[in-house]
Amino acid sequence: MVLEIYLDLFSQPCRSVYIFAKKNNIQFDHKKIVLFDGEQYNEEYGRINVLRKLPAIRDGDFCLAESVAILMYLAEKFHSPDHWYPADLQKRARVNEYLSWQHTAIRMTAAKILWLKLLIPKAMEVDVPKDKMDSAIEYLNGALHQFEEKFLQDRPFIVGDQISLADLVAVVEIIQPLGAGLDVFENRPKLRAWKDRVREAVGAELFDEAHQDILSCQEIVETMDRNKFDVMKPKIVKYFLS
Amino acid sequence: MPLELYLDLHSQPCRAVFMFAKLTAIPFEYKSVDLSAGEQFGEEFGTVSILRKVPVLKDGDFILTESIAILQYLAAKHRTPDHWYPADLVKRARVNEYLSWQHTGLRAHGSRVFWFRGVLPVVTGTPVPKEKMDSALEDLNMSLKTFEEKFLQDRPFIIGEKISLADLVAIVETMQPVGTGLDVFEGRPILSAWRDRVKKEIGAEVFDEAHKVVMNVDVLSQTFETKGIPEFLKLRITKMFN
Repeated sequence: MVLEIYLDLFSQPCRSVYIFAKKNNIQFDHKKIVLFDGEQYNEEYGRINVLRKLPAIRDGDFCLAESVAILMYLAEKFHSPDHWYPADLQKRARVNEYLSWQHTAIRMTAAKILWLKLLIPKAMEVDVPKDKMDSAIEYLNGALHQFEEKFLQDRPFIVGDQISLADLVAVVEIIQPLGAGLDVFENRPKLRAWKDRVREAVGAELFDEAHQDILSCQEIVETMDRNKFDVMKPKIVKYFLS
Repeated sequence: MPLELYLDLHSQPCRAVFMFAKLTAIPFEYKSVDLSAGEQFGEEFGTVSILRKVPVLKDGDFILTESIAILQYLAAKHRTPDHWYPADLVKRARVNEYLSWQHTGLRAHGSRVFWFRGVLPVVTGTPVPKEKMDSALEDLNMSLKTFEEKFLQDRPFIIGEKISLADLVAIVETMQPVGTGLDVFEGRPILSAWRDRVKKEIGAEVFDEAHKVVMNVDVLSQTFETKGIPEFLKLRITKMFN
């Protein structure tokens, strides 16, 4: 039975898993779950991941959630080149350090931008107070500053000379605000240069393919049925605007 | 040169690292960082970590932040018993899955309740508005429900028969609100039984030593009263929760 990977490429952690699997020629059945249609709440998907989140994998009887865990599992199982998740104790620790820090520092702050700048005002037609938006951008700026000062510094990639899981997980999150029209790379030449190196290391075609949906998010939202978000609206408003 | 661990045992991730080092007999020098005095923002600590958080590990020249990465590093370097971070692919994936989910799945909510009940009222002089408090408690309840239904189920420990890093990281987070007088274990027999098993595996002495300060968190209000809170810290804390 072939590996199944449950994905929606609007989702940052889905993109890192997708890119990793494709780049490493891992055979898989791409199972599409459309988040905007609430498909993660289907009964069938509940049997794959009771947390109702993406990505998830099913490898025979084994179901696994959480992109960081999935990436580590795939890297090990499919014996991907060492640089992705180095065997060296200190190099691996550096990858683990980034993968841990990023959950609340980068992922949360960058994800918020898409919601506050695009999805909540445009798709849900709910006003976002200016101070919330300003605060969110301030936090993101702080996180990106720390990313450059601590995790990049003068290195080509986070752990050194070669791309690792850390860079992959970082790039998909950092790109997310672009979906709302916020160019995080503007006035950040170091960050832009790193992103370009990651794109090249992954392969431009694969990288662009994975990011097609998110980068056309603004257009997609224009034509989106406003009722789509009715069910999740109260939860989203509570989470982002309270 | 001995291993240095920069810790404040009010902090959940510090307790996980402290207990792990103690119970696996890894010798280390305890370097105290007083969070209530804002020591993490001082010049000296800045030379250790610009991320300004604890715990931090210093192993010779090698400095590592993020408790998850530190635990993984110590387990590998000191070849601790396999059950802590199993070599088996599937078992390890289950540990990684928990360690990834918990950042925003549990840690965020337990922390928030701790801050709202034990710290913010002392710092600002006023209790947290009921709506905010209720919301935080609701999130924590959902979180603990997910923990029991997905991560524990009918197993003795998170990944099965034996304790792992997952349980260690989970126990310190579930204990955090308890220090403020909110017994999360009351009315939760499955969670309580798991807590008892974990405490037994860790050893009551090490467990109690690690949890002494957080269980006496009302001492914190006295500390603030006698020593005062640095203004910059007060501002930072108030801003965090607005």
